[in-house]
Amino acid sequence: MKVFTVHKGLVAPMDRANVDTDMIIPKQFLKSIKRTGFGPNLFDELRYLDEGQPGQSGRERPLNPDFPLNWSRYQGASILLARENFGCGSSREHAPWALEDYGFRVIIAPSYADIFFNNCFKNGLLPIVLNENIVSDLFCEAEQNPGYQLTVDLPHQRLIKPDGEELSFEIDPFYKQCLLEGLDEIGLTLKQADAIHAYEAQHEIDCPWLFHAIK
Amino acid sequence: MAGKTLYDKLWDAHLVQQREDGSALLYIDRHILHEVTSPQAFEGLRLADRRPWRLDTNIATPDHNISTDREERAAGVDAIPDETSRIQVKTLDENCESFGIREFKMNEMGQGIVHVMGPELGASLPGMTVVCGDSHTATHGAFACLAHGIGTSEVEHVLATQCLVTKKMKNLLIQVDGELGTGVTAKDVILAVIGEIGTAGGNGYAIEFAGQVFRDMSIEGRMTVCNMAIEAGARVGMVSVDDKTIAYFKGRRFAPTGEMWDRAVSYWRTLQSDSDAVFDKTVVISGSDIVPQVSWGTSPEMVVPVTGSIPRIEDEMDPVKRQAIEHALKYMGLQGGSPVTSIPVDRVFIGSCTNSRIEDLRAAAAIAEGRKVASTVKQVLVVPGSQMVKAQAESEGLDQIFIEAGMEWREPGCSMCLAMNADKLGAGEHCASTSNRNFEGRQGNGGRTHLLSPAMAAAAAIAGHITDVRSLKQGSMA
Repeated sequence: MKVFTVHKGLVAPMDRANVDTDMIIPKQFLKSIKRTGFGPNLFDELRYLDEGQPGQSGRERPLNPDFPLNWSRYQGASILLARENFGCGSSREHAPWALEDYGFRVIIAPSYADIFFNNCFKNGLLPIVLNENIVSDLFCEAEQNPGYQLTVDLPHQRLIKPDGEELSFEIDPFYKQCLLEGLDEIGLTLKQADAIHAYEAQHEIDCPWLFHAIK
Repeated sequence: MAGKTLYDKLWDAHLVQQREDGSALLYIDRHILHEVTSPQAFEGLRLADRRPWRLDTNIATPDHNISTDREERAAGVDAIPDETSRIQVKTLDENCESFGIREFKMNEMGQGIVHVMGPELGASLPGMTVVCGDSHTATHGAFACLAHGIGTSEVEHVLATQCLVTKKMKNLLIQVDGELGTGVTAKDVILAVIGEIGTAGGNGYAIEFAGQVFRDMSIEGRMTVCNMAIEAGARVGMVSVDDKTIAYFKGRRFAPTGEMWDRAVSYWRTLQSDSDAVFDKTVVISGSDIVPQVSWGTSPEMVVPVTGSIPRIEDEMDPVKRQAIEHALKYMGLQGGSPVTSIPVDRVFIGSCTNSRIEDLRAAAAIAEGRKVASTVKQVLVVPGSQMVKAQAESEGLDQIFIEAGMEWREPGCSMCLAMNADKLGAGEHCASTSNRNFEGRQGNGGRTHLLSPAMAAAAAIAGHITDVRSLKQGSMA
């Protein structure tokens, strides 16, 4: 997994609440058996005027001129500004895969859906939670100032605005560590194999019907 | 010290290791896999040269993208017309074969939507931790499982370690007291709850549903309720164990028998919140106030009683919500202020992990019996949740009732709930749907979903528009 420490990038706005995972990556693209290549279909139904199909090249498709990510001023954006409950809906990890594949490294929103939030950290994507009013201010600033960039400093848990103003953010220490070190979680858990075996042995004594039932 | 909630008890019983940073290793008893969210996990195992930790905890079945058309299904996996779908189903078959995981294949008895086949086979049992790469895994909480959806990285992690790295959630009690009126079902209860607390109301919480309404509800009804906990933002929804729970599992294929059954039952009976348990938040709703519900917009919280009207933009003061209502009205092609029963229906979908069990099909058949689908309705799909549900429905003659009414009787799968196969809406079409999500494009690009109960869906099919099922006289099945 990619390591995340400090990131500076262009901010793009996604100004609606309850953006769901079907909106982030529609179902027809979930048939892929790969983890990569979802970027061209991020926000597919909002981004293009036609119905996208897997394997199609995005370059030949008609773009929706009203969708901010299609505007020249937001090309190359790597920080997505969003509203409350971002990523609600399904557990599809294709949603963070698509955001990451498109080029986003950071999302800033007042709140996220639980499963999406958790999935982000497995993919080097940092979802920052900020107070609703602060997020609204950032929307205004990003929309009023073309080329608006933010610096995200994960080790010090702060955002630095173009004028040097700093905003601090909270992050769970466990999630922070995952991003800072780009950890192989499975490898780490397997270091606890003795504890898992010990639990399992006791569990089989307590609840033997849970073992060897599926045949 | 305060007593424990049901969630606390299940958490404690599966805790392998609590870490200082607040994360924990939680042991997983049952892992259900399907074709869409597993291939990348198996690939990850292969790349790292890892094996599944404990094979007998895993069970797999294809459900999301398979055809529900009888002839296409009968032709088998190699004949799936869409290449990407065929590769995905074959990949599941190959992965299960090579890693040694028990799979119920596409046309095998036992196959079905993951959250329908798991309980009916007794593959998920009270007191288990159950995970699956699907957000509707909370369904299994209906019989006191700690069950929730996980992402594909976690699917790989559970395969490799039998554990999940997770954090404890907070406890939310949703208590619905009293009795439901005639024609009001489990689906109406959960839609009313979501309407009340909102789609983010349960974020960070495990919900326990308690109160007389859930005690009176069947296990299948409780599954419908817990299934949609995620639409209220909560990964986990649960109901405690009672006699109905125990009766439901007796004799199921993978349920224990003999002395082992007795031991299991005595443990299952402890799966209740203590009377002095403390919840972080409590919501109390009166069951008798709930009437049949219909969603009008593009989020499950955009729901109104069937007797109500579509909201007006000008009645909402919050600017973010106003904008959401405006977006939704435009997408749905609706006028604020008009009665919800004025919404015409182009297609009807009866199915999904929320409402495709035998009781759901019986409720729909009770309305359809002796009636005909309105001439303005293009298609009514009735999709049983599993091979076993299909066989049971056919043995009761429900398939014939649907067919005689002008509905299509299909093969088991997720179907038009998420439209990964050919079952989908055209742009602008309104669908009365027993599924769980009304997001933009969910049932097909530009499609417009109205969530409701199976009886309400059947009533809409007959009337040609959203209608109050209570105004229809029920057939002999009722």
